[in-house]
Amino acid sequence: MSGHSDEHADPAVAFESAKLGVWTFLATEVLLFGALFTAYTVFRMKYPELFRVEHAKLDRVLGAVNTVVLITSSFTVVLGVDAIKRGKARMLEVCYGATILLAAVFLCVKYVEYSAKFHHGLYPGTNLFFSLYFMMTGLHGIHVLLGMGLLSYVIVLSRRGRLSASYYTPAEMSGLYWHFVDLVWIYLFPLLYLLG
Amino acid sequence: MTHGPGKSIRAGIAVFIALLLLTAVTVLVSYVDLGLWNAVVALLIASVKASLVALFFMHLKGENRLVWGFALVPIAFLSLIIFGTLVDTMLR
Repeated sequence: MSGHSDEHADPAVAFESAKLGVWTFLATEVLLFGALFTAYTVFRMKYPELFRVEHAKLDRVLGAVNTVVLITSSFTVVLGVDAIKRGKARMLEVCYGATILLAAVFLCVKYVEYSAKFHHGLYPGTNLFFSLYFMMTGLHGIHVLLGMGLLSYVIVLSRRGRLSASYYTPAEMSGLYWHFVDLVWIYLFPLLYLLG
Repeated sequence: MTHGPGKSIRAGIAVFIALLLLTAVTVLVSYVDLGLWNAVVALLIASVKASLVALFFMHLKGENRLVWGFALVPIAFLSLIIFGTLVDTMLR
């Protein structure tokens, strides 16, 4: 690489730049979800009794199942990135495929939960708790959908032979995003399902 | 990219198991009435889990100071936003 005058032609520099770009994006994501976490904190302290009564209407077993599903989906991303670092493109596709499948399971469980809430007459407009519940899990759900799209794109790239041990930037970057989606749920689960 | 594949996977498996165990603990603790301590324990466990994901899955552990800055500054800002808003709404 010493022959290049343009530093962006250096793959290592390009990788670092991409990584910093993703972390910058994630910083804005923290503040996006942060606004909802702030609203949650303010209303929880103002109406503790409402939150105590309403949170019990959520199914904490389904919430726990989805937590395990999402943590596992993050782990398969770790396995996928490790595989492509060793040049195993097929293994990356299998791992990211597993992540997408687990993401679909997560959304199916979410669908079951939403249906049950609607069935019991609990809507986003029912009260403050359910407004926050649907807003926070809904925004998170949109992120899960976007993540599934990103990871599918990585699989397509890999199928076309575009990824290797020396170039796996798209796999790494979409992985970072996916772990962030997992991280948000790690906070959403106790705040919405567990705290009375 | 600094460590070998075998080592990073072993750490990944350990973190994965720790995350599952912590999930089990936080669910079990939620069935015990500890009053205000329920919130403290739940948030503490969530933060340990989030740190594990950031440090190992997102490999923040081996990152340079610039990336650490991008990871920590938004959290500092969020704390400030929540604190500032609470000061306003609680003392109104």
